[in-house]
Amino acid sequence: MSKNGASGTRAHVVGAALPRIDGYAKVTGAAIFADDIALPRMLFGKLLRSPHAHARITSIDYERALRLPGVVAVAVGSDLPVRYGILPSAQDETVFAIDRVRYVGEPIAGVVAEDELTAQYAATLIDVRYDILPSVMSIDEALRDLGADAEKIHPESRKANNVHKDVHLTFGDIEAGFAEAERIFDNEYFFEGNTHAALEEHSAVASFGADGKLTLWSSTQTPHYLHRVAASVLEMPASRIRIIAPPIGGGFGGKTEPVAHELAAAHFARKTGRPVKFTLSREEVFYTHRGRHPVRIHLQTGIKSDGTIAACRLQTWLDGGAYGSYGVATTYYTGALLPVTYKMGAYAFDGCRVYTNKPPCGPKRGHGTTQPRYAFESQLDAIATELGLDAGAYRAAIAVDPYTRTVNHLRVTSCGMREALNAVSERTDYSSKHGKLSSGRGIGLAASAYLCGAGLPIYWNPMPHSGAIVKVDRGGGVTVFCGTSDCGQGSQNMLAVIVAETLGVDVLDVSVCAGDTDLTPVDLGSYSSRVTFMAGNAARSAASDVRERIAAAVGAELGVPADRCIFESGRVFDREDPERSLSFVDAARAAEARFGTLAGVGSYTPPADLHGDFKGSGVGPSPAYSYSACVAEVEVDFETGEVRVERIVLAHDCGRALNPHIVEGQIEGSAYMGMGEALMEESAFRNDLHRIPNLLDYKTPTILDTPRIEAIIIETEELEGPYGAKEAGEGPLNPVIPAIANAVADAIGTRIYATPITPERVLQALDGTSGPLRLRAPIAERAV
Amino acid sequence: MSISPSKMLATLRVNGRDVTLAFSPNATLLEVLREELRLTGTKHGCELGQCGACTVILDGTPVLSCLTLAADAIDRPVETVEGLASDGSLHPVQRAFLELGAAQCGYCTPGFLNAAVHLLENNTEPSEEEIREALAGHLCRCTGYTKIVEAVSLAGRRMRASADE
Repeated sequence: MSKNGASGTRAHVVGAALPRIDGYAKVTGAAIFADDIALPRMLFGKLLRSPHAHARITSIDYERALRLPGVVAVAVGSDLPVRYGILPSAQDETVFAIDRVRYVGEPIAGVVAEDELTAQYAATLIDVRYDILPSVMSIDEALRDLGADAEKIHPESRKANNVHKDVHLTFGDIEAGFAEAERIFDNEYFFEGNTHAALEEHSAVASFGADGKLTLWSSTQTPHYLHRVAASVLEMPASRIRIIAPPIGGGFGGKTEPVAHELAAAHFARKTGRPVKFTLSREEVFYTHRGRHPVRIHLQTGIKSDGTIAACRLQTWLDGGAYGSYGVATTYYTGALLPVTYKMGAYAFDGCRVYTNKPPCGPKRGHGTTQPRYAFESQLDAIATELGLDAGAYRAAIAVDPYTRTVNHLRVTSCGMREALNAVSERTDYSSKHGKLSSGRGIGLAASAYLCGAGLPIYWNPMPHSGAIVKVDRGGGVTVFCGTSDCGQGSQNMLAVIVAETLGVDVLDVSVCAGDTDLTPVDLGSYSSRVTFMAGNAARSAASDVRERIAAAVGAELGVPADRCIFESGRVFDREDPERSLSFVDAARAAEARFGTLAGVGSYTPPADLHGDFKGSGVGPSPAYSYSACVAEVEVDFETGEVRVERIVLAHDCGRALNPHIVEGQIEGSAYMGMGEALMEESAFRNDLHRIPNLLDYKTPTILDTPRIEAIIIETEELEGPYGAKEAGEGPLNPVIPAIANAVADAIGTRIYATPITPERVLQALDGTSGPLRLRAPIAERAV
Repeated sequence: MSISPSKMLATLRVNGRDVTLAFSPNATLLEVLREELRLTGTKHGCELGQCGACTVILDGTPVLSCLTLAADAIDRPVETVEGLASDGSLHPVQRAFLELGAAQCGYCTPGFLNAAVHLLENNTEPSEEEIREALAGHLCRCTGYTKIVEAVSLAGRRMRASADE
């Protein structure tokens, strides 16, 4: 594949496997994360959290806490009464609970003191009295008819019982589609909830200056949304608030919405006039959650004799936990992207999110699309087996075509799914292995698609989704300013690569100033895999803007037309006569002399024609979709039920790989994280309590559990992406879970219809006690 | 009245330098490194000895600094990530992590680096299994471990090559 650069020349930075620009700081311990910040006179904060899953607060007395030497201030719900929530439609949380708590771990009060231990002890001195209410801990309980007497978790909700959101969408003639089908496959699945478990525990430091300005450093993936919510909750003008996102120690969606400790830090800094730090303990991170929703899935797929999909009906029930979070979007996402992979004649989707008395669920890598993808790819595997078709070839045959519309009206542009399917099939010799391996060994395949950013913003506005400024100084140094937050995915590096490519300079000559609401134009944040596509396009546009001026100056200087100026390797030269040239430094000086201070601006707004016109059409559209395919090979121990993943081959269509090392890293990390979700990770509850809020009992794969992952980059040319790029951060996770599930089915000859595929479930399946519709009994009923 | 016991005065030897400072007898080495010495390269991910992020080298052995009392480190050399590079050049393990992209968010990285350096100092030619065994107490949520194993292996090859010179 040709590597075309800025002006039709060969790219010199895009596509090169260079070390990331923030790598040096990260291997030397020099990177300053939020909890590494310490300011003079800084106080330390702790939150008092609810010990009850559902209760009315009858009184709070914090006099004893306040009298403890070293304690500086205490705050409770009435101090910060403004409701907030990440979605305009779900303004249902307060910093500290008011009148009622809805999950174990919900913040009730905050304390700041001279040291952390004092704050922690003081929190235990706060006397809270409760009237305990019945708790709702499962989807079934939440859907149960409450009758006249019982109270809902959110009494103000207009929905019946504890339903938060329900969605009903139909595309095409669904009844005719099923009538046309030769066979209908009908299965239920359950995808267990799990959490991000980023290694960095959330931390926030706030400082309130004598000038009346608040600075809040926070490990947030979305500094812009924190800015908006802080202004609202603190009832301060946004112009007096500065949010800074330092490097984030892993996000995966867990740091994408404002949560209590950040706003508490800001409140206490204002109240005490001293800097305040709140850092969560690991247990508190589990309560803060916003992780993967548990989803029950009912999937009916009508297949014609040739295997094409005549109709598909998907029903999902999401266990949302106690608050709205991103849940309305999550609900739509469980349905929206299913048709992005395969052609289907008609599609119907019914989604229902319920409230339960558990920590709120939100977005985790793959946001809402991961659970139905597991179900669909599992069912397709069974369909291929029933029809006697090769699972890879079958998927390739029914795959969507590039530059088409899906049945739910989404615009598809570049699509490398067939190439990805071929790559993983060939690399693993899938066809000659599936169904033919020795007993206990299995191979499975799956594919998927994901967004390159949401086509519409989460709060309605006509402004760009991402903005960038590129400044060029007289020394030839280039700085790009952009509101992105780097959670480890490499967004800083991405900005530097794109700007370096556009201006033909060394990537190390580009400095990145990101995630600072005072200094950088808005970028909506690091979620929905939007940063490379959207911030990348904004940065490219800003760099092109300044390049035009430099080209004009160089053209005048050298007496050549500006459009013949090529920017490459630190020089600007005439395409027709490369000897006629200026160094980039001289070119920048010439341009500054001619035009004044050199800076370019750029922004990105997705096109308007990405979706259909119906209620709910705002969730799912994206300017482009990435495509992935995965093959997993497993070995199952019939004695213990343990599944060992021997091999994962994962191919991902990321458009153009701006930096292959980083793309591979995203694919490898996705494979690992998907494997954890498939086999062991689960947010488990017992008697209202999170059963395992620590990193020992919440099982994640160790280096001994994880095979060497084989990442394959599939490059397509995405015409609207920056230098042809699409996302790589989330999409590759989605096919991994069904690929492993399919491999286990191949290994043991029967299918398990729930995640995670624990040894217990494997043994049940081998005993024949696990039929297609049998889900695991609720935790409370199981032997402990 | 204070919650914390009175502080004691002690001398720690950190990254080759003696530092005399006051800390509580119940302070962990992690707290003293990060909060008193401001060596914030050492990270915390759980405070319970479960994630490996806080690993430092004490007396030549990797330890979880969140489970080690600072008082136990008196008169024993402590090495942290800040001491790995010398004379402005990265340790081969750091260089390999940087070149291969084995650090993504970078939060678990200092712990991995210390464990990997310790491994390679004691076993110049580890097999992949030995690398994985040595790093098994460290969690990483970003990389899938693949590039970490490759980086440690590459660093080992380079260290052997330079030892042979």
